[in-house]
Amino acid sequence: MIEVSHLTKRYGGRTAVEDLSFTVGSGAVYGLLGPNGAGKTTTMNILTGCLAATEGQVTIGGHDIFDEPIQAKRLVGYLPEQPPLYMGMTVREYLSFVARAKGVRPAQLDGQLERAAAVAGVGDVAERLIRNLSKGYRQRVGIAQALLGEPEVIILDEPTVGLDPLQIVEIRQLISSLGREHTVILSSHILSEVQAICGQILLIHKGRLVASGTPEQLEAQSAGQVTYRLTVKAGPLEARQALEPVSGVTEVKTAPAGERTELTVAVSDPSPAMDERISFAMSDKRIPVLRLEREQADLEDVFLALTRDADQTAAPGRAPARKGGRRP
Amino acid sequence: MSAIYERELDSQLNGLTGYVYGALMLLFGGIYVMVCQLDGSPYFTETLDGLRFIYFVSIPLLTMRSIAEERHQKTDQLLYSLPLSMTRIVLGKYLALVTVLAMPMAVMALYPLAVNALAASGTVHLRAAYSALAGFFFLGMALAAVGLFVSSLAESVGVAAGICFLVMLLTYFLTPLAGYIPASPLASLIALAVTAALFGLLVWRLTRNGGFAAAFTLALEAALGVCFAVDSQRFGGLFAELAGKLAVFDRFESFAYDILDLRAIAYFVSVAAVFLFLTVQSMERRRWAS
Repeated sequence: MIEVSHLTKRYGGRTAVEDLSFTVGSGAVYGLLGPNGAGKTTTMNILTGCLAATEGQVTIGGHDIFDEPIQAKRLVGYLPEQPPLYMGMTVREYLSFVARAKGVRPAQLDGQLERAAAVAGVGDVAERLIRNLSKGYRQRVGIAQALLGEPEVIILDEPTVGLDPLQIVEIRQLISSLGREHTVILSSHILSEVQAICGQILLIHKGRLVASGTPEQLEAQSAGQVTYRLTVKAGPLEARQALEPVSGVTEVKTAPAGERTELTVAVSDPSPAMDERISFAMSDKRIPVLRLEREQADLEDVFLALTRDADQTAAPGRAPARKGGRRP
Repeated sequence: MSAIYERELDSQLNGLTGYVYGALMLLFGGIYVMVCQLDGSPYFTETLDGLRFIYFVSIPLLTMRSIAEERHQKTDQLLYSLPLSMTRIVLGKYLALVTVLAMPMAVMALYPLAVNALAASGTVHLRAAYSALAGFFFLGMALAAVGLFVSSLAESVGVAAGICFLVMLLTYFLTPLAGYIPASPLASLIALAVTAALFGLLVWRLTRNGGFAAAFTLALEAALGVCFAVDSQRFGGLFAELAGKLAVFDRFESFAYDILDLRAIAYFVSVAAVFLFLTVQSMERRRWAS
């Protein structure tokens, strides 16, 4: 449905999005996940034709957003971070304006208005001035607006920001239900939100795609990343030496704590056999193990690790950009 | 486009500005008609001549919101994401402005008839009156396009109104102001060089490309220098001459006394077209920068 290839956007000297490529299929909820300032809004503004890219290409349903903007935009409904509402209009007036501006035929106008209002749950406030609506309802009006013109793709920028917990739950349910008939792309910096409603996650950091896949795939990706935390009664050097012959250990970090040592051991072999190997290695050297814990990374860790990794690779001065910006 | 037009018209008529403009136009129109026409002058132009100042008060009020308010409220994002070309969006807004401009004029069109029917002494020359009213309307159209352009550049409604008011004031007094520049070739050259630099600033504001704006300004200045070197005598009084051509308000004067000045109308339409084009460009530019 949407193909993004080698998208780059620079503002003056700052690069907001760099060499971003991904494909969005039909009929699923995609989550654009990343910390604040990762380039999510910029990406969405480019996808919806609000912003021109410095380099790269975006096609929506086969139409290039730069070359055939009108055809491409017909396929997209967009709710920007701040809903673009005219405060002095009633909900009905506003929706009718947007529908007509999107070129909805007069014969279908009423039907589409009713449907969009019903789906977004704003039917009961149709005659009220938008100025007088609560933030949650304004967000709903924004979603109703995006639904007009029957677009195949709905793009929502941070749809739950600034809402109260109950409203957040309601909007999330609404988005999930939209995902049954439309392709939905939403952005968020909240992992649990993306995990709860998105079938596919695109993890963005510093304008690059650092990982993508279903939540399960992303977790599986990091399944190899098992770490052990140990507390042993020995000095750091001794403990390190004990672990040296163990195959599968990739990295050992030590922190002395009195006569004990705290160890963080990264391993390449995720199988439970590692438990024994580490434990036996210690007892071979007659080092008492006071604690042994196995930790498997969940999505939260993946998110943190990937965004931190990218920080570190981006840190040393003008290091050459990693090709593709994608980690295996 | 009709949706944009209707929404813009709606917001003009829901606000105060449209009515302020209409009220000013009709109030002062009435006063001038009393003073000029009922006193026996057959020329409606005299009334309209006096009414030009309403434009430079009310055009900033009418146009300030058009685009600057959209940007302020972030509703411009909706406009950018609509499956409509920017030209249609700008035209829709402009036509709504023109409609508001035309509303009091429809009433004013009755004034000459009313004067002729009521006053014993006054007999207004009708053909001259209506050609002058047409010219007056086209003048308003040109100014509205200028105002719309200013609104597209400004970040806030207040700034848009302020700058637009300054531009109107400058245009209104351009000829007398230009009269202060001595007619010597060197004075003209300096005035033109300063204008070119200001133009360069505008280019920079539009493109946000310092290098390009600087190159553009330098090219303009260099061209001026070369022209001056080739024929410095031609520069005598040149600034006042050019300023006279840019003085939009002055163009209306040719409508006096029974002439439907088609050249002036073409001039007003061209000014409107140029500024609408610039408005579209200034909106499109925002797609490229932040």
